[in-house]
Amino acid sequence: MKKIVLMLLVFLACHSMVKAELTIEITEGVEGALPIAVVPFGWKGGGLQPVVDLAEVIDADLQRSGRFKTIPRTDMLSRPTTDREVEFKDWRALGVENLVVGHVESTGAGTYQIQFQLLDVFRGQQLTGYSIPTTVSNLRSTAHRIADIIYENLLGIPGAFSTRVAYITSTRLADGKNRIGLNVADADGHNPETIVTSSEPLMSPAWSPDGMKIAYVSFEGGQSGVYVQGVYTGKRQKVTAFKGINGAPSWSPDGSKLALTLSKGGNPDIYIYDMRNRKLQQITRHYAIDTEPAWSPDGKSLVFTSDRGGRPQIYQVSAFGGKAQRVTFENSYNARASFSPDGKLLTFVTQDEGNYRIAVQDLQTGVMQVLSQGRLDESPSFAPNGSMIIYATKAGRRGVLAAVSVDGRVRQRLALQEGDVREPDWSPFKK
Amino acid sequence: MKKVLSMSATIILSLLLMIGCSSTPTTEGGAEVSEQSTGAGSEMAAGSEASTSAASQGEAWYGDPLENPNSLLATRVIYFDYDQSVVRSDYLEVIQAHADYLAANPQAVVRLEGHADERGSREYNLGLGENRANSVRSLMMAQGVADNQMVVVSYGEERPAAFENTDEAMALNRRVELVY
Repeated sequence: MKKIVLMLLVFLACHSMVKAELTIEITEGVEGALPIAVVPFGWKGGGLQPVVDLAEVIDADLQRSGRFKTIPRTDMLSRPTTDREVEFKDWRALGVENLVVGHVESTGAGTYQIQFQLLDVFRGQQLTGYSIPTTVSNLRSTAHRIADIIYENLLGIPGAFSTRVAYITSTRLADGKNRIGLNVADADGHNPETIVTSSEPLMSPAWSPDGMKIAYVSFEGGQSGVYVQGVYTGKRQKVTAFKGINGAPSWSPDGSKLALTLSKGGNPDIYIYDMRNRKLQQITRHYAIDTEPAWSPDGKSLVFTSDRGGRPQIYQVSAFGGKAQRVTFENSYNARASFSPDGKLLTFVTQDEGNYRIAVQDLQTGVMQVLSQGRLDESPSFAPNGSMIIYATKAGRRGVLAAVSVDGRVRQRLALQEGDVREPDWSPFKK
Repeated sequence: MKKVLSMSATIILSLLLMIGCSSTPTTEGGAEVSEQSTGAGSEMAAGSEASTSAASQGEAWYGDPLENPNSLLATRVIYFDYDQSVVRSDYLEVIQAHADYLAANPQAVVRLEGHADERGSREYNLGLGENRANSVRSLMMAQGVADNQMVVVSYGEERPAAFENTDEAMALNRRVELVY
């Protein structure tokens, strides 16, 4: 009976909207960032002006990536809204290399047409320009799309501003109980939504490759289980609830299978669950702890954590099973690895002189680099364009999210206003 | 709830230290305990409201032996060393006492909840917590406890008993809780 009530509570709590915005603080700047000015967009036509300051959202995105240095509005001598109004010499004097200008036009009740241009200040030329229709509720996402276009045009790789982040929060309530939440927010921390809440632990959120579903671990009913839930539908499915551990779900690149950890055989081993025929295949068979599987982008192999050598290290195994090869050799503790989108790097947690930090390792050369500076950093996850890694760290005793560029030069913190934030997973690109 | 838990953990720990201080040399003490507990167990099996004698304090207790604050059965938390799942020798007599109780009460079921401190990755810690609970389970099975009397659940680092960032707090979180 208690179990039924609990499950009902979890069910009712699904899709409740708990608003707790993330705020972003840049903790370090970077040399060699591209100077760019995003001029406030102009407004054409009658009616109410849009509530979202598009230029501000674009500016913040570019700044946050660490690859751009944006010019404050107070330094701008003029505020052009099309290339015809631009005095290029004024911007050259400010040391600005690129300029973004644009304007918004009302096209009806709650609909807009946004025009913007990306300009090369030194050549006095347009690099690209778009006219995008949008609605009042999509203004922020349109701004992120514009930031993506600018990023790709100037740097040659797609921007990841239109993506989302899933994460776990834990809030201690007045009665001493914990409320654990599984949340999703825009990559800039805005629009957070809680999609599951529970009084029991929730763990290990993982986006499906199409960005439509999240797999996670829930301890509802006093026992771990792996669940898959539609991010937008709220519909959920229990995948495994065997005796012992049901944990660490990881989607195959084609979205048809989940690699996961089960200890039904007596100790934690890696299994692959086929979502189409519901068949389970055992990948590792070892008396040690084998856990935290992650697929290679080509779907041919998995990396996982194992203490078969005495201490936890990263191993790689074929997705069909067989002999596992050890991948990490530096430091005595390496865990929770995942591949970069191009498959060339691994990110994982490493023990670095008594601290737990985020590292990347080049799979070709075997060279490892520590990227973070915390004491208890964990759960690294690559941005879908491979430029940044989001991870969990501590600010005092509180868990917060942080992001670091893959070269380790730019670090920033995303702080939730209340509660303990952890286990971020960066979504794939929007399809 | 968490506060109560961490407080009771502290009480149990200090109790444990008291027991540890007053106990006779290890090998002899161990043998003594197992005999006494076995005795208490057979009385229980006979179905009477047994009087069990505690290992070290030796005061009589009338009622459910699980409720006896002076009994080794009052120790419900077993602590572990960092990244270790081997039961420390100072807990063997506690496990013996619980094993004897369970063997004598085949209808009794205990939940062995394994936990880890917050260092390292969460899913690995889930494995570590389970290893710890399984270590306790194996020792109990060797003492005659039936498999179906024990339920192993690992919470990893998800349910800390202490919340500080200190070595002491982390030591309190590396544990197996015996929940009847």
